[in-house]
Amino acid sequence: MSTLAPYAFILVPLIKVALLVFIVLTADAYLTWLERKVIGHIQARWGPYRVGPHGLLQPLADGVKFILKEDPMPEGVDKKAYFFAPFLTLMLALTSLAVIPFGPDVTILGYKTNFGIADINISLLALFAITALSVYGIALAGWGSNSKYSLLGGLRSSAQMISYELSMTLSVVGVLLMAGTLSLKEIVEMQHYSSYGFLGWNIIGFTKDHFGFTQIIGCLCFFISAIAETNRVPFDLPEAESELVAGYHTEYASMKFAMFFIGEYTAMITVSSLSTILFFGGWLSPFPDSWTITQYLPSVILIPLGLWIIFDGIRYETIFGRIMLPGVGTVLTLIGAGLFLLPPWVNQTIQGPFWFFFKVFAALFFYIWMRATLPRFRYDQLMDFGWKLLLPVSIANVILTSAVLFWRTRG
Amino acid sequence: MSAVLFIFFVLAGLAVFGAVALILQSHPIHSALSLILVMLCLAGLYLLMGAEFVAAVQIIVYGGAVMVLFVFVIMLLNAGEEERTNFSKLASFAIVPLALALALAVAGLIAAAIAHSTSQMPAASGELTSTRELSKLLFSTFVYPFELTSFLILVAILGAIVLAQRERN
Repeated sequence: MSTLAPYAFILVPLIKVALLVFIVLTADAYLTWLERKVIGHIQARWGPYRVGPHGLLQPLADGVKFILKEDPMPEGVDKKAYFFAPFLTLMLALTSLAVIPFGPDVTILGYKTNFGIADINISLLALFAITALSVYGIALAGWGSNSKYSLLGGLRSSAQMISYELSMTLSVVGVLLMAGTLSLKEIVEMQHYSSYGFLGWNIIGFTKDHFGFTQIIGCLCFFISAIAETNRVPFDLPEAESELVAGYHTEYASMKFAMFFIGEYTAMITVSSLSTILFFGGWLSPFPDSWTITQYLPSVILIPLGLWIIFDGIRYETIFGRIMLPGVGTVLTLIGAGLFLLPPWVNQTIQGPFWFFFKVFAALFFYIWMRATLPRFRYDQLMDFGWKLLLPVSIANVILTSAVLFWRTRG
Repeated sequence: MSAVLFIFFVLAGLAVFGAVALILQSHPIHSALSLILVMLCLAGLYLLMGAEFVAAVQIIVYGGAVMVLFVFVIMLLNAGEEERTNFSKLASFAIVPLALALALAVAGLIAAAIAHSTSQMPAASGELTSTRELSKLLFSTFVYPFELTSFLILVAILGAIVLAQRERN
């Protein structure tokens, strides 16, 4: 350990990057499973059910399929743009996760480090900068594919991103006015108000020094623009399958298509994390600090979940399911029980990531829910909505928040 | 310091490469992409000087908004490859002395700047470059130039709208 200590500043980030990429790619894979399952149940279907118990191995099968599929290149493509676009999309999507803080600072083996990869003091701006570039992946894919559907998808995407970036950036100004910093970590810490729990979050805005104002309008504007930025329903015009076959990725197959796919889901995770940090208190628990009993909530959720999976698993149709599901259930139950038995600092360390994960999961579920519920916008409706409603409302939110804060500082 | 210098030369080299590629490429989209590379390298150079805010804004405004509009317009007009024409005789005759004179002038300016510089770059002081300090300066010392610039941009927007409207009528 001591021999490695001088290199800790480079080793620790490398380990963190490897871990985060692994976790996020797995999460992406199971997000597709969750999406198909949830949409299936909303539409009174079963969703994936064949590969593995409850379709749990479906992402694995999809991954194998992506790798083994033939990868034809259409004629007349612009090779540079065609090959570069999927790489750019995936690269920017993964890079943007680097500035997200997933929890408060932790000390492992005497080495204090932040719970994320990079802790920079302009992390919000850095995130917006990366988001601003991500449109090129889609635009280049659309233009480089030498196909009219792709080109239309790319065009729509560029226009849509320019329009919604404005309201997305403006909608967080209210939070920035209250926080007085561009660092995501400090924005979360600012929302911590020990005895009021979730009332301190920016969506309620009941902060420590009574220097806050509810950001519910900002939150709505941000989330709507963020959905548009990630090209998800009801703003999925760039890939509208009923009009444009598959839009900008019509001509892509195999791993190149998978890269767009992973990029889209990673962007969903980033945006959900960002809205969690900006408006829902990041890793903070919704309960007051004095309610120490709530730190056993991870166990209280994990143990019944594990027991239920065991109960469900032993009645499953296939033998494989009867082995796999109780196995998963036992692991979850043991983790839940272990949190009671292990020293308390373990439980306290996972509180931050637990709440962060919980909130991000809720946001992702909301995303999927919207996809199953809402129809796609028409192009003119999309533009009208962005420029004539969302943008003025975000500007109004900036003016309102600054007026309230100005009045509070004087009075 | 050597690491910083190394990064500087990598970024500067990439920026020059992008600028040259911008002129040499025959397709407008490739030129636009080269320009984006230049913008990103410039942002990296700002970051190297400790001007984080300017670097981020450089990427958001130039790399993001402005260049997306460029790419959008090129794609919308479906601009094809440019055809190479023969050089005009005057250009091929005058280009060497003019380029030499320009290179000399730029080199002279850089040399003069180095000779007159007394200390490190102002950015190295750190305080000047933080976002808070920058915004304080923008809204106190430089408030009139700042507001005038925004007024200019407003006029430009109005002009664009008037031109677009006239075409419709």
